[in-house]
Amino acid sequence: MPSVRPLPGRLLAAPIDLNHPGAYLHWGVIQISVANLLVIGLMVLVFVAALLLPFPKGRDRDE
Amino acid sequence: MSSRRSDPTPDAASFPTRPYDLVREVTIALVVVALLTAGLAALFSSPDDRPVTLASWSRADPADFTATAVSELAGTSTSAQYGPPYNHSPGAGQKLGPLGLQNAAGVRIPVDPAQDFVIGPLHDAPGSAQVTAALTRWSAASPGQQQAWTSAYSDALGKAPDGDPAKVAPGDYGPVPVLTAQLLDLAQSGSLDGQLLAEGGFYQSDYTRPLLFLADGGHLADLARAQHLAGDQWGMMNETGNYPGQAWLWLYTFWYQISPFNSSSNADALVWGLMAVLSLALVLVPFIPGVRSVPRWTRVHRLVWRDYYRQQH
Amino acid sequence: MSDTAEGTGGWTGAVRRRAVRALPPEKLLPDRQPVYMASWIYVFGVLTTAALMVVLATGCLLALAGPGWWHSSAVGTYVNSLHLWSVELFMFFMVIHLWGKFFMAAWRGRRALTWILGAVAFLAAVGTAFTGYLVQQNFDSQWISTQAKDGLNSVGIGAYFNVLDFGQMLMWHIVILPLVLGLLTAWHLLMVRLRGIVPPIDATGPRPDAQERQP
Repeated sequence: MPSVRPLPGRLLAAPIDLNHPGAYLHWGVIQISVANLLVIGLMVLVFVAALLLPFPKGRDRDE
Repeated sequence: MSSRRSDPTPDAASFPTRPYDLVREVTIALVVVALLTAGLAALFSSPDDRPVTLASWSRADPADFTATAVSELAGTSTSAQYGPPYNHSPGAGQKLGPLGLQNAAGVRIPVDPAQDFVIGPLHDAPGSAQVTAALTRWSAASPGQQQAWTSAYSDALGKAPDGDPAKVAPGDYGPVPVLTAQLLDLAQSGSLDGQLLAEGGFYQSDYTRPLLFLADGGHLADLARAQHLAGDQWGMMNETGNYPGQAWLWLYTFWYQISPFNSSSNADALVWGLMAVLSLALVLVPFIPGVRSVPRWTRVHRLVWRDYYRQQH
Repeated sequence: MSDTAEGTGGWTGAVRRRAVRALPPEKLLPDRQPVYMASWIYVFGVLTTAALMVVLATGCLLALAGPGWWHSSAVGTYVNSLHLWSVELFMFFMVIHLWGKFFMAAWRGRRALTWILGAVAFLAAVGTAFTGYLVQQNFDSQWISTQAKDGLNSVGIGAYFNVLDFGQMLMWHIVILPLVLGLLTAWHLLMVRLRGIVPPIDATGPRPDAQERQP
């Protein structure tokens, strides 16, 4: 069954084409796309990093 | 946690301070976000799968289109039996416990599938004498007779190889085969898309009719399922292709994957009610005993304020 | 011009005096912050706000030539991508900000309203994003609308909020909801300025010998 094609006219094709059939992971009742898992995983990583990374002190530091 | 009467939280203004440049921080944040956005957009672009049209549907899967058209005439399609807000249908309407909210809202978006999706467009489009005669025969027949024709033809289509109307066994289907064949022609030519949208008018921005008709068939759903967008595939969270979707809808779609929701005819109402309660709970966290004490128990705050706590000792 | 005498200036004077009393300029735009703010977790509020500004700006760019131009233009596709990814970043930063504020119990010290406004803004953002997906005018919006209608119809909302009506959904997405979200965000930020940044859990106030101001 052919999937619907993206519209033509995109002259500047993105270097990473995400328009191929999605990759999905299954774990019991859970089904999640690799894309979503990456986003959520990154959020957790960034949250943990924000908590752990030392915060520079001093006068004219940028936040 | 602190009692409401005597909140021991000291005033922030009483603490020692250090210099801080708010406007510079906002500017840096804006630049960072703008650059990230521009970069991500350039790297990944965005999805834009072409919409399905009645024309593309009827050409890709004429058997499904024809079967759907018959179900509209028969009054057995999803739209025909939906109930409010589209029509009155006995037994239709989900309930949230004792509350029949769907029925309470009433029929505010009236849709008569047999008339709106089939008979009306056939009537308005120029057709052969055969089609005109078929239309006359249909409207002259009693509801019982119409029911018998559509039911028989629907069964016959189901039994025909590939659901192909050309391969249907002979039987008494009345004018139904002529009507649905003509509707298929109209759809494949592209004019049905315009007819269903315009509803005889000119300007239009409401796609209720063509979308309901599309959703009554199997083609749209097949395409969605192939992209992991179906309800039982956590579809609400997903996007076409390999793009991230609306990941924040994870909890909303989760309930549909488990019992009792995945087998309940009131699933939508139940899940909505549940999510409304949970959303309210999120908003009212400061007032919920136990939940509001979790921060104290989990000690994540010891990391956030480690410099401060260290200085206190 | 500096007529601050109570009872003068009518409603305008009264509103002005009340506003300035609650949020004098040094409090509205402070150039100092409490020393206990020493964690990267604190940047996610401003990142969320910045992302919202980019979302609004890219939305305006998208709106310049109407709802359909982006489908058939390379520039339009890029602008659409800008809008999509700024929304992803907005939700990314906002949820991390929410996690942080939860674990810091940031509602303490008369800050419950700040939390409430933030949570309601989060829900409003989810709703705004939802209407955005509905008005893409592609296969995705066809599927999302025909699915979402069932949830909304089941509780009677669908009779008034018709997700299959592109015109209605577009106006909610570009007029009503951004206004609501903007007002909620502004109020949330004003509350943060009004109450100051929440002190650490179990803090009892500065030690008597603590320096008042660090250079």
